[in-house]
Amino acid sequence: MNNTAPAPRKRPFLTVARKQNLAGWFFLAPAALLIFYFSFYPMFRAFLNSLMTGRPTALAYSDPLIRNYQFMVKDKVFIQSVTNTLTYLIIQVPIMLILAVIFATLLNNRDLKFRGLFRTCIFLPCATGLVAYSMIFRTLFTYDGMINAVLLKLGFIKEAINWLNDPTTAKAVIIIGLIWRWTGYNMIFYLSAMQGIDYSIYEAARIDGANQAQQLLKITIPLLKPIILVTAIMSTNGTLQLFDESVNLTNGGPANATITMSHYIYNTMFRKNPNFGYAAAMSFVILIMVAVLAAIQMKVGDKR
Amino acid sequence: MKKLVSLLLALIMVLSCSFALAEADGKLTIWTWDPTFNIAAMKTAAEMYNAEHPEVEIVIEEIQSTDIEQKISTAVTGGDMSVLPDIYLNQDNSFQRSLYNFPEAMLDLTGKFDFANFGAGKLAYSMLDGKNYGVPFDAGTVVGAYRTDYLAEAGYTIEDLTDITWTRFLEIGRDVKAKTGRPMLTGEAGAVDTVLIMLQSCGASMFNEDGSVNLVNNEPLKAVLDIYNTMVIEGIFVEVNSWDEFIGTLTNESCVGTIQGCWILGTILSQPNQAGKWAMTNIPALEGVENATHYSNNGGSSWAIVPGTDEELAIDFMQLYTNVEFYNTILPTTSAIATYAPAKEGSNYAAGNEFFNGEPIFATIVEYTAQVPSNITGTYYYDARDALATAKTNIINGGDITSELQTAEDTVNFTMGF
Repeated sequence: MNNTAPAPRKRPFLTVARKQNLAGWFFLAPAALLIFYFSFYPMFRAFLNSLMTGRPTALAYSDPLIRNYQFMVKDKVFIQSVTNTLTYLIIQVPIMLILAVIFATLLNNRDLKFRGLFRTCIFLPCATGLVAYSMIFRTLFTYDGMINAVLLKLGFIKEAINWLNDPTTAKAVIIIGLIWRWTGYNMIFYLSAMQGIDYSIYEAARIDGANQAQQLLKITIPLLKPIILVTAIMSTNGTLQLFDESVNLTNGGPANATITMSHYIYNTMFRKNPNFGYAAAMSFVILIMVAVLAAIQMKVGDKR
Repeated sequence: MKKLVSLLLALIMVLSCSFALAEADGKLTIWTWDPTFNIAAMKTAAEMYNAEHPEVEIVIEEIQSTDIEQKISTAVTGGDMSVLPDIYLNQDNSFQRSLYNFPEAMLDLTGKFDFANFGAGKLAYSMLDGKNYGVPFDAGTVVGAYRTDYLAEAGYTIEDLTDITWTRFLEIGRDVKAKTGRPMLTGEAGAVDTVLIMLQSCGASMFNEDGSVNLVNNEPLKAVLDIYNTMVIEGIFVEVNSWDEFIGTLTNESCVGTIQGCWILGTILSQPNQAGKWAMTNIPALEGVENATHYSNNGGSSWAIVPGTDEELAIDFMQLYTNVEFYNTILPTTSAIATYAPAKEGSNYAAGNEFFNGEPIFATIVEYTAQVPSNITGTYYYDARDALATAKTNIINGGDITSELQTAEDTVNFTMGF
């Protein structure tokens, strides 16, 4: 380069900074391209699909373009599925997160014996497959299942309850299942975050006469706030996409009383006369709901 | 963790798929779902075919019918037909839906297979625009099968349940329930099998001839729902939550009988400890409904062939389905009632069945089959079925029949409006 005569000193194209930058992009590129191709491109295609209608292999743009979205407002089953999913969300997420904080606090106690064992026990449900546990819950809650047998023997109920055949109890069973499956998962987040809280803070609080509840409310929870926010967003997200439990535990029944949005989308795609465009439109509505709820939670929870 | 697992699964799937490529490899892959029934039938077919063509490898994979439909849908829309089998079984009720939406996965068999000796009603399920796309397999002729020992406990015989009306059935059911504590029938809560069996027995369907949905002005349907509702409320019919539980009520001996497609006999025959305790008859007829009969249909299926390089081999293999000896061999173990007319000449059809105290049940079912009124399915069959199931559940919980049916009809019309 420098033997090209009397030109003004041009900066070489590849400065050190650029070189390093390029190397960085070179290493990033494969992953970025894969993410783009397998994640972003399908999202874009799904959006285009949500504007289409027709036979699965011969989709055409609908007229007007937002026709699928217009239909959704009038679709009673879809509205029911939204109501069901929000019911799960409103009841299950708070109960689960509160339980998780309580468990984490109990298990964070240094004087507790067999801490490892208890931690494992509470975390263990997370190691079970979603389908597997749903089917076991279904078996437990059948008319002549174990739950009814135990409750009858102990005299809590006089007559067996048909758990899965009643809209309210069927929803309750799904919520119980979700709490059992996910509490331990969230607890682990809290436990690990609690390792970052200095034990001397608690000692100081105790010397000042704070009881357990005050320690929890005044020290632990404020310090856990960022991680509580994360788990709340994750749980909200997960609940809105609930699928396995609805399909395997109750099959959406009785009379669509427990069907979730994802389950209804699945039915629209595969079970009924396939309507890919409408299914894509509904998944976009879920996406928007997740985004909006997450934004609200960030706004409310994050006061840094 | 979840991602890692799904990544591993995806890898395994990719690997296993690459082994199952539908090349002209002299290998036939078959997807079907019931080990005591259509899988057993295909195993026999494979043995018979291998006796003459030992070089052909035939692999039978057990996949639930809904999963087969889903896999077809993803393979066709994904544009990768190589993951599909060479032959698969499709429920008659959803054949039109598959054919309309995924014609790419169904080979036109017109002229490649002799359809002359199959009943027109059965062929209609797998035909579109005068072309044949399916090899008819079994009939889903409905039978009433009851435990004679439980009936005797209440003072009844199988004759008391033959050629009766549903009104009489209710009386007997009440009496049997009071004396033995057992329900006459059981079924899945979320399904409408029994309702549709009763509906078809009087020649009615969920659809009109022109394909439009027919629920709210369907008088036979209202009569059916009324009877069904009464049975459930009085405990003559117990609804369970899943198919496994329903099968359980038969194998655990907790109910008196069942009214179901004759393929259910495969399950009953698989319980040797109950041999001699069962008897079979026709089903009750609706009272005061036009064209009411004692015969109906539930289920039944046809084989489809995936267009591809192995299609010639698959067609050659399927010729067994015009072989009387084949039907005769599979009958005693599977109770698959052939829809191929000459099969009725097979010796096993006329033979008495020891399990049923020497009664020639298969010959009887063949007689029933000839009298089954046909029904209309179409591509929205499952939409209507789901909507009707919702209506049924709401009616049992106290809803009004007409208004619930109106909601169901609106739901189906809504989907059809796209």
